[in-house]
Amino acid sequence: MASKVIHAVYNDDDILMHAVKEVRAAHHHIEEVYTPFPVHGLDKAMGLADTRIAITSFMYGCLGLTVAIVMMNYIMIQDWPQDIGGKPSFSYLENMPAFVPIMFELTVFFAAHLMVITFYLRSRMWPFKKAENPDKRTTDDLFLMEVGVHGNEKELKDLLLNTGAIEVTVTEKDE
Amino acid sequence: MAHYEAPIRKPLVTGDKSYHDVSVDIARPVEGKANKQWWIVFSIALIAFLWGIGCIIYTISTGIGVWGLNRTVNWAWDITNFVWWVGIGHAGTLISAVLLLFRQKWRMAINRSAEAMTIFSVIQAGLFPIIHMGRPWLAYWVLPIPNQFGSLWVNFNSPLLWDVFAISTYLSVSLVFWWTGLLPDFAMIRDRAVKPFQKKIYSLLSFGWTGRAKDWQRFEEVSLVLAGLATPLVLSVHTIVSFDFATSVIPGWHTTIFPPYFVAGAIFSGFAMVNTLLIIMRKVCSLEDYITVQHIELMNIVIMITGSIVGCAYITELFIAWYSGVEYEQYAFLNRATGPYAWAYWAMMTCNVFSPQFMWSKKLRTSIMFSFFISIVVNIGMWFERFVIIVTSLHRDYLPSSWTMFSPTFVDIGIFIGTIGFFFVLFLLYSRTFPVIAQAEVKSILKASGSKYKKLRDSGKPLYEMPKGTVKKATPAPAVEGNKDEKVSALMDKLGSFNPETDTADELQKIKGVGPQMEQVLNQIGIFTFAQVSKMTKSEYDLLDSITEKFPGRAQRDDWAGQAKKLNNK
Repeated sequence: MASKVIHAVYNDDDILMHAVKEVRAAHHHIEEVYTPFPVHGLDKAMGLADTRIAITSFMYGCLGLTVAIVMMNYIMIQDWPQDIGGKPSFSYLENMPAFVPIMFELTVFFAAHLMVITFYLRSRMWPFKKAENPDKRTTDDLFLMEVGVHGNEKELKDLLLNTGAIEVTVTEKDE
Repeated sequence: MAHYEAPIRKPLVTGDKSYHDVSVDIARPVEGKANKQWWIVFSIALIAFLWGIGCIIYTISTGIGVWGLNRTVNWAWDITNFVWWVGIGHAGTLISAVLLLFRQKWRMAINRSAEAMTIFSVIQAGLFPIIHMGRPWLAYWVLPIPNQFGSLWVNFNSPLLWDVFAISTYLSVSLVFWWTGLLPDFAMIRDRAVKPFQKKIYSLLSFGWTGRAKDWQRFEEVSLVLAGLATPLVLSVHTIVSFDFATSVIPGWHTTIFPPYFVAGAIFSGFAMVNTLLIIMRKVCSLEDYITVQHIELMNIVIMITGSIVGCAYITELFIAWYSGVEYEQYAFLNRATGPYAWAYWAMMTCNVFSPQFMWSKKLRTSIMFSFFISIVVNIGMWFERFVIIVTSLHRDYLPSSWTMFSPTFVDIGIFIGTIGFFFVLFLLYSRTFPVIAQAEVKSILKASGSKYKKLRDSGKPLYEMPKGTVKKATPAPAVEGNKDEKVSALMDKLGSFNPETDTADELQKIKGVGPQMEQVLNQIGIFTFAQVSKMTKSEYDLLDSITEKFPGRAQRDDWAGQAKKLNNK
């Protein structure tokens, strides 16, 4: 579906923040904002939901811990119990202190890597992925707000110019 | 959004940079051509690296007998170099993770290079155990994988196996931490690139980073969680490396103080290496505005503190050896300080404990030449620390008939020099192809800590100007139309007038966001007291904005009324 969007370019993060608030106050839907660096408070101003990526990381960490416990219980206690340095492998619990370092490392390993993979996939980033920022300058020093046009082009244009946009363009967007 | 920072803090970015200036400065080394010095240093590093490869091939094809090891000293330069490189690899994660958790903004100029250094030095460290295996093509045997020998598994009780897990987790997590931070900066270079080849490479490297608000939200959360994970990880790595020694029964190794002592030593040597690299890099890549003398000073303070911790650990070791009453332990330490390796012991003491104490002097720790000199001294000292711990503990074992000395062969030396060469080859390539400063992060603190914006704030000027031509064509808000005087009187009606005979004027500059200029403007209107300001609401702010026409939205953003209320109650 091709839809009409308006791109307003700003040259300052403070002006952008005001603009976001004003556009939202005027009940327009902000489709996206592209910024060259993290603008603190922008997600709140845009009304974005909080990210749940930290929760996934916690769950991945639990998975890593479980993998470590199951693996070492099988290898050291079940499959081939040995008496190493006068410390026989009787039960997992009794031998657990020696396994703490690996349990910790695998927890971190799973939590970190799976979270980063989740982040890359959710934000649609991988090698050979084409960038989708509509204006190249948004990775340098400009901020771009994308607002959907629903037959109110003129009004929207005026509003955006009033909020301090340095450029306002209307484009067709393919989805 | 508040960009406020206490005026007493010195700017972290000097040279009055704007956002665009930051992009230009960081992209310059990548887009430009390498100068002659770079090629000279790179060639030297490459030759050292090739020599190292030669020595490694010789070792593997002939056997580890080509090293200087003997029956008594059966672990020497290999493990010394391993621990030295792992230790250096600690500063990167410490800077990017621990300092992130503590919200230290100065880390942003140095974290990228420090992390690069971490990764490159852990690669060097990893080489040593693999070469030491003698048959490195069987290195995968350290992994717990089902094999053709029946139920033969790796030993999970062994600190050496813990090392395998710790180092590989550390290397891989540091790598993704580094890469995730690099994505927006690669994207910046990608979008600036004009040559098709560069464009292609940086599109590939940036994974199609787009910079949507949601991406940034996730990016910041991921960075924070990774920092939270990496902090205990970095502590665990050197703790586990110290277990390699501490869980043994060799006098001089069998020490419970090893984990914190090793971690402090690792941070110490890591920061020294960061200083060595960055003092050169800021010059070569003209990044003096980002890596300022203040950054070097702060790193020197960390070096001084961790050096002192290491000194305490050395003394504690001596005390505990004496206090334990164990003769073997006592002899091990007596032998270190007075035996045939006393020169190494005192070199270690001088470099690690004595030399960082110079940093108490402000003059010395802000001197770039002196900092560079000390950073080299510390690196040498930390190498000797590992050598002293390993070789002096082994060369006098329980059986006096087997007492001996260790001398390295050219192969030992060659491999060590080779890893230094390899490290610099990687770092030099990095400094020409990667954005060496986390520019997106630096931009995010520019308004708080950049000299340009600090000056603007100090003189009471706004941090931004509405673009000309588009400003306020049809401002919706002002309730009162008409000329300025009417607006002023409308505003004063609401806030109450100031009577100079009964009231005393307050120092309005105490309100954050009010500078000398703004105070003057407010006084001209007739606002002199906190009581008046505290009555302001949205409509008064808008009215004020329309009168002053200077700081749209500023008063509301900084919540002048709320601040004034607090100040009034004082």
